[in-house]
Amino acid sequence: MAVEILKEKYRSQVREVVLGATKDEGGTRSATIKVGGESTLPFLHFEGEVPNPPVVAMEVWDIFPEEWPQNLKDAFGDALNDPAAWAKKCVEEFGADLIALRFKGADPDVKDASAEDCIAVLKTVLEAVGVPLIVYGCGKLEKDNAIIGPIGEAAEGENLLLGVAEQENYKSVASAAMAYKHSVIAQSPIDINIAKQLNILISEMSTPLLDRIVIDPTIAALGYGIEYSYSIMERARFGALNGDRMLGMPMIGNVGHEVWSKKETFIPVDEEPGWGDQAERSLAWEAVTAIALLQAGMNILVMRHPQAVKLVKQNIDELMQDNSY
Amino acid sequence: MGLSGLEIFKQLPKTNCKECGYPTCLAFAMALANGKASLDACPDVTEEAKEALASAAAPPIKMVKVGAGDRVIEMGDETEIFRHDKRFNHPTAVTVEVKDTDDLDARLAVINDLTFERVGQEYSVDMIALVNASGDAGKFKAAAETVKGKTEKNVVLVSEDTAAMEGALDVLAERKPLVYAANKDNFEKMTELAKSKECPLAVKGEDLNSLAELVDKIVALGYKELVLDSGSRETSKVLADLTQIRRLAVRKKFRAFGYPSIAFTSKDDPQEDLMQAGVYLSKYASIVVLKTDKKEHLLPLFSWRANLFTDPQKPAQVQPGLHAIGDADENSPVYCTTNFSLSFYLVEGEVSSTRIPSYILSVDTNGTSVLTAYADNRYTAESIAAAIKSTGLEDKVKHKNIVIPGLVAVLKGSLEDESGWDVTVGPREASGITKFAKEKFA
Ligand code: SF4
Repeated sequence: MAVEILKEKYRSQVREVVLGATKDEGGTRSATIKVGGESTLPFLHFEGEVPNPPVVAMEVWDIFPEEWPQNLKDAFGDALNDPAAWAKKCVEEFGADLIALRFKGADPDVKDASAEDCIAVLKTVLEAVGVPLIVYGCGKLEKDNAIIGPIGEAAEGENLLLGVAEQENYKSVASAAMAYKHSVIAQSPIDINIAKQLNILISEMSTPLLDRIVIDPTIAALGYGIEYSYSIMERARFGALNGDRMLGMPMIGNVGHEVWSKKETFIPVDEEPGWGDQAERSLAWEAVTAIALLQAGMNILVMRHPQAVKLVKQNIDELMQDNSY
Repeated sequence: MGLSGLEIFKQLPKTNCKECGYPTCLAFAMALANGKASLDACPDVTEEAKEALASAAAPPIKMVKVGAGDRVIEMGDETEIFRHDKRFNHPTAVTVEVKDTDDLDARLAVINDLTFERVGQEYSVDMIALVNASGDAGKFKAAAETVKGKTEKNVVLVSEDTAAMEGALDVLAERKPLVYAANKDNFEKMTELAKSKECPLAVKGEDLNSLAELVDKIVALGYKELVLDSGSRETSKVLADLTQIRRLAVRKKFRAFGYPSIAFTSKDDPQEDLMQAGVYLSKYASIVVLKTDKKEHLLPLFSWRANLFTDPQKPAQVQPGLHAIGDADENSPVYCTTNFSLSFYLVEGEVSSTRIPSYILSVDTNGTSVLTAYADNRYTAESIAAAIKSTGLEDKVKHKNIVIPGLVAVLKGSLEDESGWDVTVGPREASGITKFAKEKFA
């Protein structure tokens, strides 16, 4: 008996978002990257299109990442002292599709770096690598609101992916994106309704921005509530495929940021003998978090450990193989 | 799922004889549909009707068991495609592969030792898959003896050679191992073997079509304790096949696919092996057979499984009140959090890893997290002070010091006024508790 393959017919597809801009497009990137555009659930090529593979961005900080575990620092060596060299290493040695530049040093409690300081770092990174950039502030609203405008202006036309717009605080990021031709990360706290509402708010500021939004559904690390993120993402993607325009954006997840603060990544084996080798365990923790989220529809993974990145990129390559019947 | 009362009614005698204890056949049908009555109560129901009702009411995926006694693992019996609709019932059985050419004593010792404890849950490897890599029936049987003597774990016997299987199965039959596998050439003999020993049987196709055909042939031989393998080994293809098997069984009630499934990783590198296993575990495999036996690889896999198979509909709350961690006494520190399970377990995990006996005061915030509860006015100076009173904390400890989450540092002043306790602002994230406790309480 021949099996009748069950193919779902969806009404819609995920929006395609372009990141970065080449010289012709008003930027300086050597190539742009497209994310989204799929018309089926993750990697089900047998029933729909997955035109763009998920991509991996690697994190680069404007300051030395003191708090990272030693094995993570060792993976980069001296490059961690110089954002440009660090970014170059990520792209050339580790195959990062994008760089996610985090202005940790702008935190008033860290270095209180000014907008000018940030811009100087941004420029060296833009010069060092040709891939598109994601830009994160320091996480303190007031400061981030103050620096995001000048940063956006300084990189006008580059089509950076600017983070992060939240429901209570989206205007400064969205305005910078609007004024200087960038894209926006819209972050919602594991809540599908807020994700939608935020996209509506941003699109009310500027309709064309709708095609330049990437949803950050807020992800949790493996073992710390990842299942909530997983199910929210599955529901959001299902909604998108069934025609909900305000949920139809690609999704981004801050995997490295969530994972590397958890004790599974830094407790040495002599303190938890049952957990196995810390170096290997930590990168496995990041990689498994990432591949689980890929199965829920993640389009952009922001990660840290080069070996975890390599494993995840290979997993993506394998999953992008056609599986039509 | 299940039949409606009307559908059942059509199959009943419609004589309203009341023998079943219900006034009418329809009333009885309704009771059946709600699971409140059993078909046996009607003396006049025909054999055909019984069969029709039994098969229509059967779950879309049959439950199949592997193992014996209190080591039985239930597989299948799933009703959902998406976790958010309803809980996935049976966590994937994580199975480590060993070969009859390995140094089995050493390998089994390692695998027996693979037990993990994380956030109060214990995990261990569910099964070992013994592979007849030697191709030699005698060796396979000898390996089965070693397995029998050296581990109590459940077993998958992997050989498509019926003579080898027969020998090994003789040794291990009492364990009720999974017989892997019946293929298009050996299925008659394999089915007979599995059936005679009452062991579950894996069916291995070359693709979905040949798998369905083979299942039908084996069912025609009278055996239904089956586990499915489409034969694919490439990551993307396995994902597609597992998805089709689940969808067709659940959505179309396609009988040939109404069984649990098994997936094998195909990588030699242990990290890549783990990645593949992660994909198959996410998407519907009832058994995943992988090669790595390293704690650092299996811990993340078990953690993902623990997360994926939680009940999405169960409110994520813990009992509000005072929780003692370790042998807490009158001098123990007191931490305060909400009754959102995620927050609570995080804090509990961290506090217990400080190895300092402590109390955790879980304030009833209706299962919301610290920040949400704060914004909702459920986690306030008043509600915390009230919890201190109602739990009798003042009699339990002789100090008056409580640690609040760093995220709500602003509550310090008002809580001190409200409760008369000294308030220490703790770290913003639970992960900071170990360091914090070392400085404050060690
Ligand atoms: S015993 Fe059977 S035939 Fe009689 S009323 Fe009940 S269901 Fe109907």
